[in-house]
Amino acid sequence: MVTLKVVGKSVPRKDAIEKAMGKAVYGVDVSRPGMLCGRILRSPHAHALIKKIDSSRAEALPGVKAVLSAAEAGDKRYGFFEHVDEKFADKSIFAIHKVRFVGEEVAAVAAEDEDTAEEALRLIDVEYEILPSVHDPLEAMKPGSPIVHDGFKDNVVHTVNIYNGEVEEGFRSAYRIFENTYKVQPVSPSAMEPHQCVAEYSGGRLMVWSSTQMPFFLRKHLSEILGLKEKQVRIFKTATGGRFGSGMDMHALDPICCLLAMKTRRPVRIVYNREEEFVAARIRHPAYLRIKTAVSEEGKLLSIDVKCKVDNGAYSSMGLGVTSVLGQNAMSLYRVPNMRYEGKVVYTNNPYGGAFRGYGNPQGTFAMARQMDIMAKGLGIDPLHFRKINANKPGDETVLGQKITTCGFVECLESAAKAIDFYKERPKYQGVGVSGLFHVGGGARVHGNNDGCGAYVKIEDDGTVSVIVGGQEIGQGYLTIIAQIAAEVLGVTYDDVRVFNTDTDIMPFDIGSHGSRSTFVGGNAVRLAALDAKEKLLKYGAEFLEARPEDLETADGKIWIKGNPARSAGIAEIVRSGKYRSKGEQILGTAYYDPPSEEPDRQGRGNKSGAYAFGVQAVEVFVDPETGEVTIVRVAAAHDIGKAINPSALEGQIEGSIAQGLGYALTEEMLFSENGKVLNPNFRDYLLPTAPDMPSLIPILVETNDPEGPFGAKGIGECGLVPTAPAIVNAICNAIGTELFELPVTPQKILAALAKKEQERKQQ
Amino acid sequence: MKKVDLTLRVNNETWQVEVNPNQTLLGLLREQLHLMGTKEGCSTGDCGACTVLFNGEPVNSCLILAVEAEGCSILTIESFADGDDLHPVQEAFVQKGAIQCGFCTPGMILSVKALLDRNPEPTESEIREAIAGNLCRCTGYAKIVEAAMAAAE
Repeated sequence: MVTLKVVGKSVPRKDAIEKAMGKAVYGVDVSRPGMLCGRILRSPHAHALIKKIDSSRAEALPGVKAVLSAAEAGDKRYGFFEHVDEKFADKSIFAIHKVRFVGEEVAAVAAEDEDTAEEALRLIDVEYEILPSVHDPLEAMKPGSPIVHDGFKDNVVHTVNIYNGEVEEGFRSAYRIFENTYKVQPVSPSAMEPHQCVAEYSGGRLMVWSSTQMPFFLRKHLSEILGLKEKQVRIFKTATGGRFGSGMDMHALDPICCLLAMKTRRPVRIVYNREEEFVAARIRHPAYLRIKTAVSEEGKLLSIDVKCKVDNGAYSSMGLGVTSVLGQNAMSLYRVPNMRYEGKVVYTNNPYGGAFRGYGNPQGTFAMARQMDIMAKGLGIDPLHFRKINANKPGDETVLGQKITTCGFVECLESAAKAIDFYKERPKYQGVGVSGLFHVGGGARVHGNNDGCGAYVKIEDDGTVSVIVGGQEIGQGYLTIIAQIAAEVLGVTYDDVRVFNTDTDIMPFDIGSHGSRSTFVGGNAVRLAALDAKEKLLKYGAEFLEARPEDLETADGKIWIKGNPARSAGIAEIVRSGKYRSKGEQILGTAYYDPPSEEPDRQGRGNKSGAYAFGVQAVEVFVDPETGEVTIVRVAAAHDIGKAINPSALEGQIEGSIAQGLGYALTEEMLFSENGKVLNPNFRDYLLPTAPDMPSLIPILVETNDPEGPFGAKGIGECGLVPTAPAIVNAICNAIGTELFELPVTPQKILAALAKKEQERKQQ
Repeated sequence: MKKVDLTLRVNNETWQVEVNPNQTLLGLLREQLHLMGTKEGCSTGDCGACTVLFNGEPVNSCLILAVEAEGCSILTIESFADGDDLHPVQEAFVQKGAIQCGFCTPGMILSVKALLDRNPEPTESEIREAIAGNLCRCTGYAKIVEAAMAAAE
């Protein structure tokens, strides 16, 4: 067993010092000479015809350099899943003929300064004819409801159907059947850096500075919508102030900023204010889920039948993907032979959903984990034992064709339960609850038949290493993991590795940071590229030290003969010996890694990932019966991460996810007026957890050493969030002795549930 | 808009500038003095990303008009490191893994320093209260609190 020198250590992050000094350049910090300030005019109505736009007064304002609307931008449409079906390309840059949600982009200006741009917006006259609007997916599906997009009379843009086996047979032979309806609310990713774009057009090329998670996708979508060739667009990925999925899509602001830059021939910057961030950036899809499950007397799951209505909002974006994952993952969390899922992606006149950490899985797992606890209570079975007997096992293939390699679910369940003292006697109104999770952990082949990442590893004359790689740092620690893996493979120090991944003109392709895939896919890409470079290094080392390559070892920037450390040289020396000679060579290793997975079919069947992530979170709560207030005492989060490349970074991802899960469970909710206006688009009224709100967190890293993962590692990015809200609510329900079916669980809902329970008790 | 003359000290240097009366202190720091470390997260004083020290007190610079800083002393994140040597609070953040996306980090460091200036041995609870006005969406605050405890030592 090789002793690892860099991998497995909690080394400080590569970008920590520049961030601590305030020197990291985020998208909002980018400034270009002669840059103009861009601002977007947004619809005040949820559903209205645009009768007239008159921008003449705005154009006449001194300092205004361009005013644009649909007349100039054209009517081409885009959508994240346009490659699956053109119906998903439903968003135009500016609203054409009508607006479909409060906040939709109607026009935009570029001016010398912010004040002038703001003034110019006020001078654009738009005449609207207000239409009736619909704000709930159940309402939207009824006959006579306002139609959001022509051609979809019931406002259902798509129905996801996934099935296996015979669900009805399971229900016929069941010992008990359980049926419940759950509801989850709209929440905002609320990254601290607002969405932004800086664009500059020069010499026939468009340069864009963006905090995007997917620079190559942005390049593709921008070039298509603007009618440019992809090679005309160059994306510079800046430091990213959080995105959590909302940085996957191209947002209207991106082509708008580019069009302003192309019109004015000057750089233009657009930055969302926080209100725009709530209204016009993507949110987590709210949904109704009806789950019907059948169990045998021994507690084995026989059938699961899920009907889900997803509030997609006004435009498609990630609706197809989120609705698919919601069903797939929730039904794969435990072993169930018969399953049926019908997920309807429904248009409404609301701000629209996109990708947000978990991508449908937090919604689906909330419903599934609640259902598991309700079933356990109904059967009189221990909720942990119930989960164990239905757990996936290593080597399983799920009924949807997902090939499970490593699976530490049971170990996670046992360690989380132990950490929380699950079986301890607790007084009334104190309770514990758990939830499991199942998610992709080895890449995610869900956006076309590509899940790969390229890497180049270049060894410099001084023995330092430059890694040029396609994946993105979005705060998760990507640069750090990449550097650790390169250092470990080559035998240089962590400090001697630099990572470059910010320019689409230069870096090799990676689809982007999403689907918890960065460590697994990017890590393998750099591992293989480093091995390629190492082969060349050992060749020159063998020549230099007069040995065979297989007799050599490297570490700490040195290379020596095994068993004879006196015969050694610096890696720098070897590198120079290979380069400074006739027909010399700079050592460059290359690799492109794409996991051994397959693109799922329309029923969601297929091994979409190279490995799967499992975990269990256990939560202890105290509920105040007078006020309904919930105090979370502690959260134990046990995650099967394959191998901890950087334990501190993994803990950080888990701890941050738990905070987001706490908000999802208890305090976060976007609230709307009956006319579809967001009532709380600010941090005073939209409640993110703050430092004093956080309970004691116990992250537990379970290593199952995945055979395909780099050094055995699997993904974590989204996993920490998936089971948190369900575990919290399961704990609350145990504490108060009644069931809850809706998020967020506010004090009002708890008091109402307690009152109802008391009333029912009196009636008996 | 008629500009106003303003003299203030920022990071121990005296500046004489011209500002619009509606310019915020945050805007002055970022756009005129090009001190980009202080961030704008919300513009309504709710997130703390714009925290600076104003005559030694931590404030949300997005809520202060630049003209209010006449004759005052402002410290931003740029004043912390001494050349390449990090301030102990910065070093603690780096070593304890308290930085993920880093956008909240300058504001957090300012708030932690302000706390330690007035209370050199805070409890965990006091640390959490001191950073209650600094929102972080990445870390769950756990390692930020650890860093503050370490910096106090």
